[in-house]
This record gives sequence, C-alpha cells and structure tokens, in this order.
Amino acid sequence: MSGTAKTTHQVPLRSALGRVRGLGSAKSGVHHWWVQRMTAVALVPLCLWFIFAVFALSGEPLVTVQAWIARPINTVLLLCLIGALFHHLQLGLQVVIEDYFHEDGVRLVALIAMRAGVVLLALTAAVSVLKVAL
Amino acid sequence: MDTREATYAGRRTDGAPIRRPISPHLQAYDMLQMTSALSITHRITGVILGAGSVLLVCWLAAAATGPAAYDRVSWFIGSPVGYLLMFGWTAALFYHLLNGIRHLAWDLGYGFAIPTVYASGWATLIGTGVLTVLAWITWFIVG
Repeated sequence: MSGTAKTTHQVPLRSALGRVRGLGSAKSGVHHWWVQRMTAVALVPLCLWFIFAVFALSGEPLVTVQAWIARPINTVLLLCLIGALFHHLQLGLQVVIEDYFHEDGVRLVALIAMRAGVVLLALTAAVSVLKVAL
Repeated sequence: MDTREATYAGRRTDGAPIRRPISPHLQAYDMLQMTSALSITHRITGVILGAGSVLLVCWLAAAATGPAAYDRVSWFIGSPVGYLLMFGWTAALFYHLLNGIRHLAWDLGYGFAIPTVYASGWATLIGTGVLTVLAWITWFIVG
C-alpha cells in the first residue's frame, strides 16, 4: 500500500462474536413482540368473558358446569382462551428467564423446562374441555 | 461463558476495541417512582397469573374427570387458602389486564408524556382496586 492511497475504515456496528452467534436479528424478535401483542389483545375480551362465566357458574353442580362447557360457543371460546393464554404465558416467561438466567446452560434448561410445563398445562386444559364437550 | 459478553464488545470510531457500557439495572433506579414500580409489577403479576393458571387447569381437568375430583377442587377453591389465592389471582389479573391495555396504548404511540404516564399509572392502580372489590362483592351476592 502506498502512503498516498486513501484508506477506508469500516466500523462494524455489531461485534464479530455477536454476528457469528446470530444475536440481534430483528426478524425473530419482531415476531415474538408481535405475537405477544396479538395474544394480549385477544385475552382482553376472553378474560372478561371468562370472569363473568366463572361468576355465573360458582356454586353450580358439576352437570351444569359440564353442560356449559359443552355448548359449542363456550367450547370454542374456552379453546381460544387456552391457546391465547398459554402462548402469551410462554412468551412472557421466556423473556423473564432470558433476563435473569445468565449462564447459557442454566438458561437453556430453564427455557426447555418452562416450555414443557406450559405445553403440558395447555394440553391438559384443552383435552379436558374437548373430553367434556365431545 | 456468558453470551451477553459478546454484545458488550465494540470498537471506538478510531477502531480501538472497547467494552461498551450496558444500560443501568436495579441499583441505578429509584424504585419508588411509579414508572419503574408499575413496570416490575406488571412482570410480577404476569408470573403470578402463570402460577394461577395451574388452578384453572385443575378446575377444567376435574370437570372432565368426574364428580369426586370436581368436589375436591371445589372444596379447595372454597377453603380459606383457596379464597386467599383467588383474591390474589383476581387482583393480579385486573392489574395485568389494565396495565396491559396501558402498554398497548404505548405500542400504538399514545400516552408517552410524563404527566399522562403518571395519570394512566394511577388509573391502573385505582382501577385494579375498584374492579377487584367489585368482582368480590358480585361474587358474594351471586355465589
């Protein structure tokens, strides 16, 4: 290189290690953010509906509760509630775990355990609703 | 190895490597100010609601299992401990619901002026109290 040549120096905005590990990609982050908002919007009316329903069902015998669950509109709304609630929960707990578990291995185990737990809860709820309804 | 370390590494404009500063955490904040206090409360109530969802699943599973299981869950919910859990759960639900709507308004670009942030914060707190008390008054009248 001659001393007269103009050298351009490009400053990377992301660290080399960060780039290799794929940190900071906007795509999956936006998806997480967006789905968290969409499930939140869905949960506003679903939660209010469910609170009113629980009030109406309080103290009622099992057969009344089962008949209520088995009505198609209630079955569908319950399944919507279960889907939105546990998806929203999973997204929220993911961020909490990512914020507070700094050790990679511990964080991975915590994320997997959390997901497994949420999936088990969601499936138990959904299968119970369908068993009563169908 | 902590992956966060990778995000700290950067370079100054002259190319020299530098460990970039990170945003301040708990020790840098006055936790008595409403903005950060309501923010962490939103997260705490979210985790509480997650734990409370186990009770919802138990209720649905009991309804699908049979009268004996349903009676057991009904007995637990009707016990003093059950009532205490349900009271905490409804308060957390109304807080997370109202503050969540506050967050959705911010996501749409509304309510960022500091006086508005404080006003909506007070509205969330008062609304949580009012809705929780109303819900339990309704519960005792209906139930």
